[in-house]
Amino acid sequence: MATTTVPAPVSERLTRIWETAPGLFGALATVDHKTIGKRYLVTSIVFLILGGAEAAALRVQLARPDTSLMTPEAYNQIFSMHGITMIFWYASPVLSGFSNYMWPLMLGARDMACPRANALSYWTFLMSGVFLYTSALVGQMPDKGWFAYAPLTETAYAPGLNMDFYAIALTFLSVSTTVGAINFIVTLFKTRAPGMSVTRLPIFVWGTLTTSFAVIAAAPALTAACVMLYLDRRFGAHFYDAAFGGSAVLWQHLFWSFGHPWVYIVVLPAMGIVSDLIPTFCRRPLVGYTFVALATVSTGILGFGVWVHHMFATGLPATASSFFSAASMVITIPSAIAVFSWIATMWHGRPVFKTPMLFAAGFIILFVIGGVSGVATAANAYDLQLTDTYFIVAHLHYVLIGINVFAVMAGFYYWLPKITGKMLNEKLGKVNFWLMFIGFGVGFFPMHTLGLLGMPRRIYTYAAGLGWGWQNMWVTIGAFVFALGVAVFIANFFWSLVSGADAGPNPWDAPTLEWATPSPPPAYNFARIPIVAGRHPLWEGRDGEGAGRSLLDTGPILDQGRDTFGTTPLDAEPDEILRMPEDTMWPFFLSLSILVVAYGLVFNGLLLAVLGTVAALACIVGWFWPRRPPAASAGA
Amino acid sequence: MILPAVILTLTFAFTIVTENATAAPPADAVMTIEITGHRWWWEIKYSGDSSGPVTANEVHVPVGKPIRLELTSADVIHSFWIPQLAGKTDVIPGQRNIAWIEADAPGVYRGACTEYCGQQHANMAAFVVAQSPADFAQWLEHQRAAAGGAASDSVAAGFAVFQRSACASCHTIRGTSAAGRIGPDLTHLGSRATIAGGTLANNPGNLAGWIANPQTIKPGNVMPAIPLRSRDLQALLAYLETLR
Amino acid sequence: MATSANPYALPINPARQSNPGWWVMVLVIATEAMLFVYLLFAYFYLASMSSSGFPTGGFPKLTLVVPNTVILLASSGSMYWGEQGIRRGDQRRLRIGMLVTLVLGAVFLTIQGIEYSRKAFGMGTNAYGSLFFTITGFHGAHVFVGLLMNAVVQVWAWRGWFTRERHLAVTNVAMYWHFVDIVWLAVFFSLYVTPRLL
Repeated sequence: MATTTVPAPVSERLTRIWETAPGLFGALATVDHKTIGKRYLVTSIVFLILGGAEAAALRVQLARPDTSLMTPEAYNQIFSMHGITMIFWYASPVLSGFSNYMWPLMLGARDMACPRANALSYWTFLMSGVFLYTSALVGQMPDKGWFAYAPLTETAYAPGLNMDFYAIALTFLSVSTTVGAINFIVTLFKTRAPGMSVTRLPIFVWGTLTTSFAVIAAAPALTAACVMLYLDRRFGAHFYDAAFGGSAVLWQHLFWSFGHPWVYIVVLPAMGIVSDLIPTFCRRPLVGYTFVALATVSTGILGFGVWVHHMFATGLPATASSFFSAASMVITIPSAIAVFSWIATMWHGRPVFKTPMLFAAGFIILFVIGGVSGVATAANAYDLQLTDTYFIVAHLHYVLIGINVFAVMAGFYYWLPKITGKMLNEKLGKVNFWLMFIGFGVGFFPMHTLGLLGMPRRIYTYAAGLGWGWQNMWVTIGAFVFALGVAVFIANFFWSLVSGADAGPNPWDAPTLEWATPSPPPAYNFARIPIVAGRHPLWEGRDGEGAGRSLLDTGPILDQGRDTFGTTPLDAEPDEILRMPEDTMWPFFLSLSILVVAYGLVFNGLLLAVLGTVAALACIVGWFWPRRPPAASAGA
Repeated sequence: MILPAVILTLTFAFTIVTENATAAPPADAVMTIEITGHRWWWEIKYSGDSSGPVTANEVHVPVGKPIRLELTSADVIHSFWIPQLAGKTDVIPGQRNIAWIEADAPGVYRGACTEYCGQQHANMAAFVVAQSPADFAQWLEHQRAAAGGAASDSVAAGFAVFQRSACASCHTIRGTSAAGRIGPDLTHLGSRATIAGGTLANNPGNLAGWIANPQTIKPGNVMPAIPLRSRDLQALLAYLETLR
Repeated sequence: MATSANPYALPINPARQSNPGWWVMVLVIATEAMLFVYLLFAYFYLASMSSSGFPTGGFPKLTLVVPNTVILLASSGSMYWGEQGIRRGDQRRLRIGMLVTLVLGAVFLTIQGIEYSRKAFGMGTNAYGSLFFTITGFHGAHVFVGLLMNAVVQVWAWRGWFTRERHLAVTNVAMYWHFVDIVWLAVFFSLYVTPRLL
């Protein structure tokens, strides 16, 4: 279906209304979700590359026994930063990037509900990452692992600034994550196209919505844990200090109450990406849409009831241990439903194995393997052998790379044509896929056996004669092949910008609303607001599709300001016009203020922390101060 | 839907059965051994009376008998794991965890610390040595004995080096005035197969290298490098060799 | 539908409950509430693990905290009264209500400061001390933020910027303030009452 057309004066008017101001001001003050989405994606990939470089260093050190390329101190900082960077500064933000860019387009809206908050969530993401990596400049990167168990993180055992950077950076990042989550939830409730009822949402939207609620509930646990750690370290508190009535296990409960939901936060939107692109490449709607949507939500909810499975070895009562073991097995059921749905869609459709579909297929295979190794670890008695060994490293990379990275790659190949307007190279894409798939298998499958042979996690070297050497060498080789795949992707991206074919609005003949705009979409997304009557608006009128009559060419224009519809939560009936804010510097300045506070806290600069706090409060006041006194009787 | 539910139920049932069978120590455990994790070595104490022998990194047990373990930590969280014998149990400061092992066949079973505990987590091995009940009883009796007195002048000179070089402030040698509690008990150092947390075989060359500079072998570990003149080092080694 | 014919028949950014700003405040309250859930979890977890020393120095005294609780609840009452006022278009009632709330909130913090100074233990004494000051301190920080919000919104109220139809900022501040009160009841119950019950 062609994109909607409006007379040139109208589209010029809309462009003038919606486009970001030029120059440095525009760059810092933009509230356009597409710009913010692209920034999220680029920044996340930068962090992916940093985390990957850290991994490469680790693998060089571990390729052979008794190696001393790195001191234990350096190794411990690098393995910790690898985990921290990947899990916090890549895995979730990259999904936020796709969500930020795609949600308004998928939902038929002109922007997110809170554009300024959107900008804030990006700036705080960027600045918290910069803050974290400042620790490298002073040679004191966090070095106690990404989950930083107390009391190893207390000043007695961690005397430098390393763990202060950790606690403050994570709290800083949680501002970004929480603000972003709030924005997604409010957008979902308020700013959809008329007729986009909850049963017509793409699964990707369900995924990000579920994780946004999960962030609201889980992120405070990490904040509480990190604040308590900071107080222990700097103010002599005793939360984690057994000698004074505290408990080391308290950290684990708080951390994993956050950490387990977090792993679902980094995979559910990724599963949504795949759920939305498999139908496109199989030329038919998703089998069991309702089941998959419910599976997404129930996984998010169940994810709050399994955290103790990270703690089976801590000496729990057998009853508690068994309960969490059972819950950890039950949580695989919704995921299995999703897997069956994808396979059924492929079975009943006519799959076309372009690069996005290749990544989706690889994703399913790796998902299943990772899930099965997860069931093994869910069995508490068995987990006592597996936990803290390379088996767990294998499991977590199968689920994180298999589910998050492969889906993200699929998402890039699927959506970059929309974002840049250029197609990527299909041959390079296939090379990219096979390098990553084979490299991943060679790199990570042997870790299962290494764990079973007794290799613990987080060791900077191991003795010869234990039988671990040749498998570690394979792992290192596989890791570098995988890295080569990532390099091919970067090359392909730049190739597409220079030599890629024009994508046009819908190169994949996909069904959802984002494909009804030009590629790249104009600043205003849709000239005419779509009126939606089905789940697959762009496939209506074909054999086997519903008799819905979505209106993409005749909807209202809304060109009196930065306007989009505000709609009711469930059925998306329009009941107000939402006039969106203009470009503003407040989100940028607020983020800078928080950065100043962070530096004050880490370097013990009380004055700096106080000034930063005052500045932050001033920014918030400025943000909410009305531009002009509201008229006495505006609106109804 | 049905098939996965059945598979999971069976898996879970199997788990419960295994958990029940393995979780609690059997009632007929013949002894209790207290294991305390330190950075980066294991303190092994055979309880009973207060003079229960204390050794490091090597747990001797009689074969074919269930042994109860009481595990705790003196500093951070570690985890005690002998893969061929049992699942792992974290050792946590301020907490006493109970586990048990039973070795079916005589031999040396290697394990390691499996909870990241800082710089030298990689070099914190543990060993369970399963012996016949007779051999074990003999070993235990031998471990109970305090160190003998100085047999010769050179050995006495070595002990003098030990005392004045601050070794005694960290290490205990029962039967002497050395009563430090920070490092391993050295009373029967010679009876152990390894030193430095299982990192090095226990022979005079390795021992000399370790004492001369522990920081090159295990950088960041708690034992400082104490410079010794060659003559003093030789005397010290001669003394330590008597601690069988 | 009316939208196609004349979409601008719909109101633009009406300051009513369905406004995105209201939803934002609800979600902020939800996430902050979870923060206190986890803090109180830490309290009860450490309490259950402790053999002695919980609470340090015997049960926390009620002398100051009970009247202080009444003061905070009263401040919620005045906030509610003020908000009801602007719903009827009564500017004066709004201003007085918010001012009373501000004063009562400040008194609450002051009395809490006095209570702090009378405690025999500190943050670094033991885990109980750490918990007591951190939990009440987090709450106090939320009160302080609420007072700042109150002050800013009062500036707008005293300039007459709110009407019967447009007063979402007042509603939001009131919601936040009631939330702070409810959290206080949970903190008060957990720290001051449960030791006497168990």
